[in-house]
Amino acid sequence: MAKSDPNAPRRLALIASKGTLDWAYPPFILATAAASMGWEVGIFFTFYGLTLLRPKLTAAVSPLGNPAMPMKMPFGPEGFQQISWPIPQLIMANVPGFNALATSLMKLTFDKKGVAKLEELRQMCIDLDVRLIGCQMTMDVFGFKREDFIPECEIGGAATFLEYAADADVQLFI
Amino acid sequence: MEVIKEDQVLDCSGLLCPLPVVKTSKAIKSLEIGQVLKMIATDPGAPADMEAWSRQTGNELLRATQEEGKFVFYIRRLK
Repeated sequence: MAKSDPNAPRRLALIASKGTLDWAYPPFILATAAASMGWEVGIFFTFYGLTLLRPKLTAAVSPLGNPAMPMKMPFGPEGFQQISWPIPQLIMANVPGFNALATSLMKLTFDKKGVAKLEELRQMCIDLDVRLIGCQMTMDVFGFKREDFIPECEIGGAATFLEYAADADVQLFI
Repeated sequence: MEVIKEDQVLDCSGLLCPLPVVKTSKAIKSLEIGQVLKMIATDPGAPADMEAWSRQTGNELLRATQEEGKFVFYIRRLK
């Protein structure tokens, strides 16, 4: 589809559909990188992705259902950190607190490696004028109100996003 | 090698993607057109990313080198 304004800057349109810690990163990373290259960026937060617009981010991660997740420890001697622990899915599913453990280990790993926190990336998006669109339909389905979300976001529906995405050079569903 | 005189230094050592790109973008906007930013990074993705970033933003990547295990970039603000 031809862009309506050929002189407009490049544009990135993202759909963020997942609210776990691991899947929360890609949209915020791509958005901040694109905006830093002078692109216009908009993210449509739908379904579980909508929770990424809550004032307090509580995104967690579960190794269950993510069998490729490397189970490595972010502390101890180098050789110890390189071990990928063969923890059976059955144990991950049944040991109470395993998800909380995995979440804090992932946060610690990211922090030690120099990855920004989700809160920081989201604030960068706001500072870089990334358009953050919360899905109205998801709000209705899960019983959220406008004030449940950060004031910097706007609320819109599929048509709002599609109109924005129609003029985008890159569109990704995450 | 010709010496490039930088107007500002930005150290992104220890930071991973997208932070070097985000911080470079912010820093370059604080320079005058024609001035040079020296950016230091340890992210192994930085050399490829800085080339792409320069092409996309229209700023000039004057030099990309490695010094003492770190990546060093000299970027001239053109826009």
